[in-house]
Amino acid sequence: MQVSMTVNGQAVSGDVDPRTLLVHYLREDLRLTGTHVGCETSYCGACTVIVDGKAVKSCTMLTAQAEGAEITTIEGLAENGDLHPVQEGFWERHGLQCGFCTPGMILSAVTLLDENADPSEDEIRLGIEGNLCRCTGYHNIVKAIEYAGAKLRGEEPAPAEWEVNA
Amino acid sequence: MSTTSALGGVVRRREDPALIQGKGLFVDDVNLHGMLHVAFVRSPFAHAKITSVDTAAAQAMRGVRAVYTADDVRHLGLLPAQAAAVGRPLLADGEVNHMGEAVAMIVAETRAQAQDAVDAVEADYDRLPVVIDLKEALANTNLVHEGVESNTLITWTAPFGMEEDGLNELRAKIDGYKAQDDVVVVSLEMVNQRLIPVAIEPRSVVAEWHAGYQQMTVHSSSQSIGAVASSVAIMLGIPYNQVRGIAPEVGGGFGAKLALYADELLIPWAARELDTPVKYTETRREAASNTIQGRGWLGTATITGTRDGQVLSYEIDAICDLGAYCQDLTVAIPFLGVFVGSGQYAFDTRMQLDCVVTNKQTTDAYRGAGRPEAIYYIERIMDAYSREIGMDPAEVKMKNFIPSESFPGATSPVGFAMDTGDYAMNLQAMLDSPEYGAMKLARDELRSDGKLVGLGMSTYVEACGFGPSALVDLGFSWSGYGQPSAFNGSGLVRVNPDGTANVIIGTGPSGQGHQTTWAQIVSNELGIEMDKIRVTHGDTKDAPVTIGTFGSRSAAVDGSATFEASRKVREKAARIAADLLEASEADIQFADGGAHVAGSPDKRVEWAAIAEVAYQPHRMPGGEEGGLEAHAIFSPGNATWPFGSVACLVTVDPDTGDVSIEDWVSMDDCGNVINPMIVDGQIHGGIAQGVGQALFEEAIYDDEGNLLTAGLIDYPMVTAVDVPSFNLSRTTTPTDVNPMGVKGIGEAGTIGAAQTLVNAVVDALAPLGVKHVDMPMRPRRVWQAIQDAKASA
Amino acid sequence: MFPREFEYVAPSSLDEALGTLASNPGAKVMSGGMSLIPMMKLRLFSPELVVDIARIGGLDGIEDRGDHIAIGALVRHETTAASPLVQQHAAALASAAAWTGDRQVRARGTTCGALAHADIAADQPAAALALGATMVAASSGGTRDIAAADFFVDTLTSALEPNEILTEVRIPKSSGSAYDKLGRRGGHTDYAVAGAAAAVTMSDGTVSSAGVALTGVGTKPTIAAGSVEAIVGTDGSAEAIAGAVARATEGVTVLEDLYGSAEYKAHLAGVYVGRALEQAIAATG
Repeated sequence: MQVSMTVNGQAVSGDVDPRTLLVHYLREDLRLTGTHVGCETSYCGACTVIVDGKAVKSCTMLTAQAEGAEITTIEGLAENGDLHPVQEGFWERHGLQCGFCTPGMILSAVTLLDENADPSEDEIRLGIEGNLCRCTGYHNIVKAIEYAGAKLRGEEPAPAEWEVNA
Repeated sequence: MSTTSALGGVVRRREDPALIQGKGLFVDDVNLHGMLHVAFVRSPFAHAKITSVDTAAAQAMRGVRAVYTADDVRHLGLLPAQAAAVGRPLLADGEVNHMGEAVAMIVAETRAQAQDAVDAVEADYDRLPVVIDLKEALANTNLVHEGVESNTLITWTAPFGMEEDGLNELRAKIDGYKAQDDVVVVSLEMVNQRLIPVAIEPRSVVAEWHAGYQQMTVHSSSQSIGAVASSVAIMLGIPYNQVRGIAPEVGGGFGAKLALYADELLIPWAARELDTPVKYTETRREAASNTIQGRGWLGTATITGTRDGQVLSYEIDAICDLGAYCQDLTVAIPFLGVFVGSGQYAFDTRMQLDCVVTNKQTTDAYRGAGRPEAIYYIERIMDAYSREIGMDPAEVKMKNFIPSESFPGATSPVGFAMDTGDYAMNLQAMLDSPEYGAMKLARDELRSDGKLVGLGMSTYVEACGFGPSALVDLGFSWSGYGQPSAFNGSGLVRVNPDGTANVIIGTGPSGQGHQTTWAQIVSNELGIEMDKIRVTHGDTKDAPVTIGTFGSRSAAVDGSATFEASRKVREKAARIAADLLEASEADIQFADGGAHVAGSPDKRVEWAAIAEVAYQPHRMPGGEEGGLEAHAIFSPGNATWPFGSVACLVTVDPDTGDVSIEDWVSMDDCGNVINPMIVDGQIHGGIAQGVGQALFEEAIYDDEGNLLTAGLIDYPMVTAVDVPSFNLSRTTTPTDVNPMGVKGIGEAGTIGAAQTLVNAVVDALAPLGVKHVDMPMRPRRVWQAIQDAKASA
Repeated sequence: MFPREFEYVAPSSLDEALGTLASNPGAKVMSGGMSLIPMMKLRLFSPELVVDIARIGGLDGIEDRGDHIAIGALVRHETTAASPLVQQHAAALASAAAWTGDRQVRARGTTCGALAHADIAADQPAAALALGATMVAASSGGTRDIAAADFFVDTLTSALEPNEILTEVRIPKSSGSAYDKLGRRGGHTDYAVAGAAAAVTMSDGTVSSAGVALTGVGTKPTIAAGSVEAIVGTDGSAEAIAGAVARATEGVTVLEDLYGSAEYKAHLAGVYVGRALEQAIAATG
């Protein structure tokens, strides 16, 4: 079947089997391999992309359901080579280790901060409940999102723990 | 040996820019022209004879290029294992021994087509009795493997190397302690349950055969790509130098990507058979049932001690679940438990670990690998003993630690030489820390609110940084795969003509930040700026031979090799610089991208100028050989022994058994630290995995051997809402077994965590009469423990 | 990871969707797909035709209809959870929606989809039962109302016929309702190990009517009839609630699963009936 949508600002269209999941369309057909697959039951969140402003799990969405949608994948987040503040936060605050969950985690955090510009630690934790990370214990992911939140609000981020402890 | 502590600065990770933009390359991202896809037909039964496998319908399906069974691959042999009698066939051969075992392999044009063909394969089975329960396995009620007369493949005992007579004498000695007046004997049977590692990246393999050059390229999400490449070479009969192994980004390993897997041989074999690139990426359910699992001990721990806190002896008798087949280190994992023995304590210790096969997936290295299990038992029973005699656990620990005066070079009660340690200092540092003080205040406040509140504590020591190449003599090596390397590390450092440097290593990261850390090591040694140093890993084409990332060994062993290679380069460069600057070689120092004369910063040459000489051999002073690179092999004299102290605060809802972690404090000592940010990150993640074991995770097999927790729906993983932020601090006791004084930190967080939580929950429930709660402490189990205590009160 | 092959249609009108269902007995309705797609990926369920109703207009609203509020077929969990109307008049459902899945799931999954899926451990069915909701089922032959009490038939089985679409759920307004649960990872996380919803009406200090429902404990979300009987007519005191707690699983088949023995789940049913009633009664004040 024919599908068309906008991905990272570009109009794309293609012919897919109805059973093609959005994540496979992005990875295989569009070669946007930054979106990852970590499970098949909508639990891990590695496949999270932004569809019409909402973080969704692209492994639990048929490509056909995205007809006409505006999609942002991790590849489309930086603008003109400038990292998004959430990307910057993950780098500055060591919010990633192996990096496999990271694209989904970052996009989830982007929408979290869209919805709540100044979340508490508990709100951040609840907001990324649908994204599993096995490496970081989430500690520095929370710090990374706090950093990004401050940046987006035009505030100076709190110093890193290692700066405080040094 | 001197130690260097000049490292230790936070540097942002160099691996991150690609990863945060979705531009990192993982194996499943590899897409080769004409690439075919694999799906496996898997056994629905845990133990059965295969009576027939009919692949005709599958062969005829759209897009299917090949269907293979054991008949096609039997000639390749069994997957290498240390206990060869129970090695795994690459595809099940006449019999299946665990649910999910691969029975047939489909190769098709798309993954969906391959999966469609799986449904069309008809396999018939005659079911056999299953061996699931560990006590029944030990009793040989039924046998897992026909022809292997006991399910117990090996029994590890400690003290290590002690013969039966000596062990009997020790038993008699301990019986003597028990017979003394005024001693208490505290004993608990405890489960250290099976876990599923769950790296978020499923394992993936892509192989490409170039018939013209007889060249095999294998991409695998492996922690030990060198072992993969050498195994492919041996089993497929290709010279090692015609096999190239590539592990690009590896999306978490935790030990599970260390073992060699049948698919890492089958995919290259199929690529050669079909002369077409072939890919296999496991599903999450396959990862659960067919990637190795961890832990799986059922043990009884016993402390005999005086009423004033002097422990006389520790004993553990445990059954260790190996699963159906042995892979890589399966039988060696419990031995790592023997290695750490009774942890940091000085008392008589006797261990017996019976390692049994069962009709479940193989167990192998999972973060900590034998050491979390061993530390769990000693630290739980020490806590129970402290509670029994009514003493503060910290005070009991202080009384029984191996004294700091014994270091360096203490010998543990189970017979292993340890490097450095100061356990009392470390525990005291935690007790004195403001974070711990705040935790105690929080406990008192919560208590006055009427909640069930518990504060738990554990200390730990681990043996890691493997390690001495002499471990080979104890049977630990990759020699089964023909890897011409034991547990040594290697590193290659080259300064290029333009003054930049390449660092090429054989060990690669699965999140640990090797690119950053190794650049720090080399930058610190050579004074070359970080951004001029490129670290390459994960490609056997270029890499010096080594064995991979596991056992918290990379920095301590391969890092030390790189350090020594850097030092060789520096020494040569110093001779060149001395010549150029007309100074004494002893006065040459390296910093800020060049060499200068000590005390005269203006008398300097840039690295590019030194390299210019090195690459024009006729200009070399004293006729020395040209070039500016060095390779070093490093084999430490011992493992390293990091240690630490951990405490946490929990609340328990007595009506539901729901446990909440309120606060967490860790005081770790991993020797010198190269990058504190990365070290803390390793501890954070390690703690979370320990929390997962303590609270949620368990690979549950039913009586028929069905894995009930094959999906994340029923294998609850720690999410961000389940853990608090962690308060980390450290003490620094450098090791003397490597030149940087670093001990390794990959597993410490996990080793210290689980029993800390159990001790905290038992502390909370002790007023109700609860003495122990087995992991995972899901609410149902905590609630049941409360009910059982009430009933017996 | 890969569903079996199927056909897909996304009709733009309800009539078209109902017509398609009428002529395709192997069809399955999908709204958000949060439950359906994973089952299809695991090949536990393989419909011949998926009818995606997400492009039908007019089904995505929450309306105040005087004595009740109506939630359309395409209202997402997050919308239900954040709706001031739902929070005010059906607090139990707002909580249940807020604790369904995770943020991404709540952005795609729908309240009506969760009800139609009839999972034994889902949150919103219990709230719908306690609040006395009415399900509006449409087919090409017309519409029918199904009381929540008659809607949840068995495990993953609702009273909907294969040719019907749950177009709307109607919730009678309640000033005193609450939902509480123990999630699989503790707290309110994930599916319910056990949970309960309660809705009460107080008149002159007496509980004049009540609905109490359980999830997670048996083969289906179910009314706790014993608790209802126990609490109605009382003053809603702690003692009265204790009476309702004691009868939480009366007539309910409680089943063991990975998360609890039958004994534990029966106990939890009581705990959460108590907590839900306490909060619901407090809310009426």
